[in-house]
Amino acid sequence: MNSEPYIEVRGLVKKFGHKTALRNVDIFLTKGDSLALFGPNGAGKSTLIQVLCSLLQPTSGSVRIAGYEARRDREALHQIIGLIAHQTFLYPDLTAYENLKFYGAMYGVARLNDRIPEVLDLVGLSDYRNDVVQNFSRGMQQRLSIGRAIIHDPMIIFLDEPFTGLDQQGSEDFLKLILQFRDQGKTVIMASHHLHLGLELCDRAAILKAGRIVYLQDVAHISPDDFKQIYSQKVGENALHLKVA
Amino acid sequence: MKFVHKLGAIIWKDFISEFRTKEMILSMCLFSFLVLIIFNFAFGLSLKFDRGMIAGILWVAFVFSGLTGLGRSFSMERDRGTLPGLILSPVSPWTIFLAKLIGVFLFTIVMEIITVFIFTVLYNTTVLPFLAPLALIAFLGTLGFTAVGTIFSAISATAKARNVLLPILFFPISVPVIIASVKATGIILNGNPLQMIFPWLKILVAFDLIFLLVSYLTFAYILEE
Amino acid sequence: MKRTPTLLIPFQLLTYVLMLFALYTIFIYAPVEKTMGVIQKIFYIHVPAAFLAYLAFFITFIASIFYLYRKDSRWDTVAHCAVETGVIFCTIVLITGPIWAKPIWNVWWTWDPRLTTTLILWFTYVAYLMLRRAVKENQRANLAAVFGIIGFLNVPITFFSIRLWRTIHPVVITSRGLNMSGPMKLSLIITFIAFCFLFFSMLISRIRLERSKMHIEELKEIMDDMNF
Repeated sequence: MNSEPYIEVRGLVKKFGHKTALRNVDIFLTKGDSLALFGPNGAGKSTLIQVLCSLLQPTSGSVRIAGYEARRDREALHQIIGLIAHQTFLYPDLTAYENLKFYGAMYGVARLNDRIPEVLDLVGLSDYRNDVVQNFSRGMQQRLSIGRAIIHDPMIIFLDEPFTGLDQQGSEDFLKLILQFRDQGKTVIMASHHLHLGLELCDRAAILKAGRIVYLQDVAHISPDDFKQIYSQKVGENALHLKVA
Repeated sequence: MKFVHKLGAIIWKDFISEFRTKEMILSMCLFSFLVLIIFNFAFGLSLKFDRGMIAGILWVAFVFSGLTGLGRSFSMERDRGTLPGLILSPVSPWTIFLAKLIGVFLFTIVMEIITVFIFTVLYNTTVLPFLAPLALIAFLGTLGFTAVGTIFSAISATAKARNVLLPILFFPISVPVIIASVKATGIILNGNPLQMIFPWLKILVAFDLIFLLVSYLTFAYILEE
Repeated sequence: MKRTPTLLIPFQLLTYVLMLFALYTIFIYAPVEKTMGVIQKIFYIHVPAAFLAYLAFFITFIASIFYLYRKDSRWDTVAHCAVETGVIFCTIVLITGPIWAKPIWNVWWTWDPRLTTTLILWFTYVAYLMLRRAVKENQRANLAAVFGIIGFLNVPITFFSIRLWRTIHPVVITSRGLNMSGPMKLSLIITFIAFCFLFFSMLISRIRLERSKMHIEELKEIMDDMNF
């Protein structure tokens, strides 16, 4: 495994006007790492993901991903990342096929006519290729959103509360897909409230509190119950909002 | 050529959406139809109009209904939550701007053609003999105000009161375009030779070039957060 | 900005003195014009105010460019404060113009290029301020800066298009040598300088006020931080 940092975040500060959302965040990940971001509501998990994706600009500090910097190497950077959030970024009036065709074109995907059926197959939506996304259930939309996010075969996948609105089965199907990507060697960073699912997917975990990282360790060997204790301790409140299993 | 391919993809996507819902084009045409009717009531039933006034009426209809289309151009992306998807793609902000501009421009031209047709019917006046120069003025003028409108649509899409903010930003800046377009149209409709509108065309071309350049330099900042 | 900078107090004092001197100049020193009468004296306010209204927006233009280039919020503060100060002077122009025009040409408003462009400038100022109020804080500076640039570039184009459309502004300014006597020229220079001082005095005060506000917010932030 390459030990050079693939994702380098140094002294990241993000302010919205006078409110500071992220304070001096440092993160170093190597290629193929998987990181789960936990923390209470408002801790800054989504903000951090968005800054890493370059949807938000840092107020100060630096973010380098695969050697690219957000402003300087915008297009190159965007080409290698994919984002799956609770919003799907899908166009409701377009069909599943058309949505994928659009994003495929935007990412310059080669041999799109072959790639789209491949992706639809992967997310189990081949039968709905010509149905308009408006008519899809939440679970189907989320699956298509995965397709949209990986159509260009990104090296890094960001997930921001992706399980929102999914039922038990939906969450498990979703997790299976993401596990596939992780096993293919992609770098995965996920922000979530779902302790159990997060730990299943990721080898490292970070806890964010009020914009600060208060914990960042390898957790492959830690059980969910042990982690829950660590979490309560770090966050300093009852871990009621955590979903275990 | 990748740039053209991506530009085409965004335009294609907007066209399909519009083709399925027909939201923009219907509301624009309906609005301009209403404007023409209201002008008729406002100025009485006299059918004999000063040719300059026809120019004014037409351009008011074009600009006001163009504005309804412009408003949707970015607010739709924001409301449906698809704007981050666009920003996240490996495409320059100016490409997004240009794609939106071309889309709205084409829809507005369609609306203008329909408006002229409705006008011919309602007011029993034809502009057919002057079609070529009018098309040129319409092209340059529409390009001007849709460029300005697209920039401001992107700016006001973030605001809560976006329907109010867009006209407030739009009108002071589009004054030169409106003056030049109306004057030039009036001159042509009065049967004057093409040379007489050259100064106005120069203003329109200067305006178009300056604002396309400014959008190129600043659009990235509009999308940035 | 802890203490008042040493130069500021004399500067403000000088402004005060110059403005008093300007008032004296306008009402007592300047001769009454033969054809127009006393009302012509409003010209000594109208002209400097017009110059400063445009200068203010030029300041906004430059500050906006620097802001986008450097991302230093101090440039955004300058742009914002210049608009607020400029809109006051612009309003003065638009009020003194008709007051002058009515007795002389018997119309309240003349659609001449200079005055009409100033009216559009006024609307642009107001649009800038409304933009700042309407958008979220994290995008406010960026969007305002873009509008500041677009708005300023629009001014010359608007002027030329209106000029092509109409021309009836009195020629006092352009043929200054012919229509104005020595004392009148001197009066104009005096009031011009006084108003410039007034403008910059107001601008600097406004900027300092804004910076103080921002400083307070920062302090509140730090205190919130410490509490947690």
